[in-house]
Amino acid sequence: MTDGPAPVLAAELIRWSWVGDHLDDIRGYLFQHVELTGLALLFGIVLAFPLALAAVRWPRLYGPILAFTGVLFTIPSLALFILLIPFTGLSIRTALIGLTIYTLLILVRNMVEGLRGVDRDVREAAQAMGFSATRQLFQVELPLALPVIMAGVRIATVTTIGLVTITALIGWGGLGRLFIDGFTLDFTTPIVVGIVLSAALAFAADLLLVAVQRQLTPWARSRRS
Amino acid sequence: MDVVGDVLRWLTDPLHWSGPGGIPARTLQHVWYSLVATGIAAAIALPIGIAIGHTGRGALLAVNLTNLGRAIPTLGIIILVFQLAGFGFIPVLVSLVALAIPPIVTNSYIGVRSVDRDVREAAEGMGMRGRQVLWQVELPVAMPLIMAGIRTSAVQVVATATLAAFVGLGGLGRYLIDGLSQRDLPQVVGGAILVALLSLITELLLGRVQALVVSRGLAERGADAAVRAKVEKAA
Repeated sequence: MTDGPAPVLAAELIRWSWVGDHLDDIRGYLFQHVELTGLALLFGIVLAFPLALAAVRWPRLYGPILAFTGVLFTIPSLALFILLIPFTGLSIRTALIGLTIYTLLILVRNMVEGLRGVDRDVREAAQAMGFSATRQLFQVELPLALPVIMAGVRIATVTTIGLVTITALIGWGGLGRLFIDGFTLDFTTPIVVGIVLSAALAFAADLLLVAVQRQLTPWARSRRS
Repeated sequence: MDVVGDVLRWLTDPLHWSGPGGIPARTLQHVWYSLVATGIAAAIALPIGIAIGHTGRGALLAVNLTNLGRAIPTLGIIILVFQLAGFGFIPVLVSLVALAIPPIVTNSYIGVRSVDRDVREAAEGMGMRGRQVLWQVELPVAMPLIMAGIRTSAVQVVATATLAAFVGLGGLGRYLIDGLSQRDLPQVVGGAILVALLSLITELLLGRVQALVVSRGLAERGADAAVRAKVEKAA
């Protein structure tokens, strides 16, 4: 299999015996992939929430916040990870900080648009009922903004799952490690397995988030029926 | 260890500014790959997205293409194509183009589709035919989103071309990939700074182009609509 880059037949695209022999490795990579994605999203949401609240409270901040996160988002992922190396080395922090930064633009934008989209009348009704600002935020505005916020969380999740594979070039990568393995071994099976599992993970996560959203917004369901 | 000093020395070393592996040559290569890939992608994707938007047929495909593109790992595709076809500019170019198509299709579709019904009917009421409506009303109104799609793709191509250095493509990605394998931190970080600058310049330049091609009456509303469309894309 390693004798030169001769054209590979379709039948050789995947060799199942290799998959069977490497199930433990694949499971480990998958676990790391889920771990990196989950942590990056968690940090992203925790950081984006105050930024979005500040942008809604002081609209003047929204432009600069969008511009700043937009600039970070424009930097190619590999370059961004590498620019963190002088500070955090090749540790997992480099991967996590980079991935978190990428989620920020999507999350902040959707949180702000969602919160801003809440009907003025609804807001005034809450005030008239004597809701405190905090109670109004958590019991009225956030639930109503949830569909737009969840749309952002979904995009951020699918994007992050793709980006995790890039961190294979700085020693992490989750399923992206399979790409490097396949490249080093000059063998397509790991690469195909990596692509399929990573895409499947993205779809599964997206479906899961749709289900979560349905649970969190029961009124949207009952209205339809 | 003085990383900043080392990186500055790497960036300002005259040796790195000349010859086929020098910064000017690598930058030109990178710009060339990106121009060719984005150009071909636009030539394929614009007619598809606009046709779907104009006729309304194939909408499901147009909306889901970008989501699908996001889920597929770029690095994996580049390495797989390399394994199947061997190294060459054409296989890499095909991957770059394929990955650049979805945002252009989706954005141009949404742009044309979201043209106000009243505006379209007004054009028809004025006696315009299908083609005239498309060229004189729908496309100018859709222009902000069409340009947003091309911008997204161009920036993505610059990033993907960087990754393609892993399978031997030239361009600025070479400094990142070679530097990583040689454990040469100044080269890696210097290269990353150049790649980041190139992406930002690409984004800014295309923003300028967008300002030039979007009709002034639309500029305000268009920017607003573009943000909203982006926000709701996954909904």
